[in-house]
Amino acid sequence: MRRDIVRLLAALGVSVAIMGPALADDAAAVKAGDAVFQKWCAPCHGHGPDKPGTIALQALYKGAKPAALEDRTDLTPDFLKLYVRHGVSVMPPFRKTEVSDADLAVLTAYLMRTKR
Amino acid sequence: MRTPPGVSEADFAAALGQFEAAIGKSWVFTSDEDVDLYKDAYSPFWGEAEERRASAALAPDTVEQVQAIARIANRYRIPLYTISTGRNLGYGGSAPAATGSVVLDLKRMNRVLEVNENNAYALVEPGVSYFDLYRHIQERGLKVWIDVPDPGWGSPIGNALDRGGGYTTHQFRNHFDSHCGMEVVLANGELLRTGMGAMPGSQAWQQYKTGYGPWIDGIFSQSNFGIVTKMGFWLMPQPDAYLTGTVLVPRHADLVPLVEVLNYLENSHVCNGMSDLSSPAMEQPAPPGAPPPAPEVVALINKAIAGNAGDLDAYGASKGLAAWSVTIKFYGPAKAIAAQWEYAKERFAAIPGTKFIDGELIRLPLTAEQRERLHKVEFGIPNLSIFSMGARNANNPTPTDGHQWFSPIIPRSGAAVFEANKVFAAAGRDFGLPVPPYSIPFCFWERSFLFLFGFPVTHDAAKNQATRTAFRKLVEIAAEHGWGEYRTAPAYQDLIMGTYSFNNHALLRFHETLKDAVDPNGILSPGRYGIWPKHLRGKHP
Repeated sequence: MRRDIVRLLAALGVSVAIMGPALADDAAAVKAGDAVFQKWCAPCHGHGPDKPGTIALQALYKGAKPAALEDRTDLTPDFLKLYVRHGVSVMPPFRKTEVSDADLAVLTAYLMRTKR
Repeated sequence: MRTPPGVSEADFAAALGQFEAAIGKSWVFTSDEDVDLYKDAYSPFWGEAEERRASAALAPDTVEQVQAIARIANRYRIPLYTISTGRNLGYGGSAPAATGSVVLDLKRMNRVLEVNENNAYALVEPGVSYFDLYRHIQERGLKVWIDVPDPGWGSPIGNALDRGGGYTTHQFRNHFDSHCGMEVVLANGELLRTGMGAMPGSQAWQQYKTGYGPWIDGIFSQSNFGIVTKMGFWLMPQPDAYLTGTVLVPRHADLVPLVEVLNYLENSHVCNGMSDLSSPAMEQPAPPGAPPPAPEVVALINKAIAGNAGDLDAYGASKGLAAWSVTIKFYGPAKAIAAQWEYAKERFAAIPGTKFIDGELIRLPLTAEQRERLHKVEFGIPNLSIFSMGARNANNPTPTDGHQWFSPIIPRSGAAVFEANKVFAAAGRDFGLPVPPYSIPFCFWERSFLFLFGFPVTHDAAKNQATRTAFRKLVEIAAEHGWGEYRTAPAYQDLIMGTYSFNNHALLRFHETLKDAVDPNGILSPGRYGIWPKHLRGKHP
């Protein structure tokens, strides 16, 4: 898993050094990514009713894939970077003052944790 | 890399170097990848030459850094477009009003400086979101509410300066009205505090709004006269209970007395929440994703708009559908608001045939089950559920790429609603404009109604051009009748400002006089709300 995290950080153009020593640890990265997800993604993509992103993905995939992002096992760094930085439909892109590259790296670690 | 209009590449490079020295290289964004993140995600000019684009972005962390940026920008005549969280989607987002401006992104200034529970106020920085402020209050168990707009990721400061609104009581849901005290960086980098904040050592900055002398706070809203770096807000003490009551009247013409009673009750603050009007007989407003009314119902609506509502009334009676419904809302002590609802019923009962539905009395704070079930924003709980509108869902397989609103202020009377519907229905018919079968007014603001016409934004230039044409036509038609827009995206700000034209545009000319005095080099948010600096006046795209 550690190697996977480092590889995905490299794919995102983020060095481990800028994350700080604490986040270089897998569990710490996943925990930090959980916090990023809850702050920036969960209001639309979390579990439960009234989540527009989850509703939209349910309508798109019709059960072929989980509607809630935290339940997905097929997410990749490139996929996440594409949607975070470009948006889709009514979802806007996120600026680096909101979700930094380091935030995106740990977010990716969190959403890919089920691949361990 | 783009350069700001009228600025040489050499000067821009020199300015960027000084910005980097002032705030750190990592917070000066100049690459296309980074600057593209400042595009307006809901731009009605998406992909067209007129789309507003930034040349760079700056993200300071402190007031001192903002002051330094203003001084550098003045030296090199760099236009700065200020955003707080940049999430006023549909109203411009994080993009500038004038292409080539450098976006001044205040998102990193995200400190909640004070929340006073006993006297119910807060002092925040521009990058604080409603989510942030709510979380701060909840983590400390403070018994105060914030008032939130539909999208909770916006900034209390940015939303108030855009003159946005929310859903709780009169006193708080007009977000600009509920502010108390500002700190402003002026174009020359000087720091100004308004209200009691102008007195060194004052302990009442967030407790008395106007201080002494002219109260200038208003000029910093929907404008470009300064960079607001702190703002105080009055908060709502957590009420004991919440109650709704619904009033049903049988005839279309009953809207006139219904609004008269509603006005009395709201203006007296007998009911202090935001009332919801609807027409069960006309099936308006339609819920998102709902199919339009059947053609025979539309025909009845059109007859009513033309002045003959007899058949619509008969249809409603046959179906057991009221002509009009209004749900009024109360926040306060349980016994008191129950008595206020009883009093309201007495007043509405003067309209023959009125029926009432008692709503659920909600004891506060909400239970977890109530939080999920109820309309969160009416309880000051930030969320993003509004984005279901336009997004993909089971009833909408073709989502849009955004939205924009035409939202004119209409007088608060039944007669005005009838007249406005007659005018907008004719506009829809004559010009093929996308108006609903019947526009139901919203009660966001005290003393006035608001109509809301939603327009989709797409990534199809031809569709967006058609939408812009329709939008502009509606603005013109509304203005011919004295109905003015309250807030818009930069794409329409010159157009709307032009409709506030009393006495040869005396108001805009006054804005321009102020602009020339407080920002002689025209560096602050040129073009915002139709106010252009002298060197771009009449020459901007």
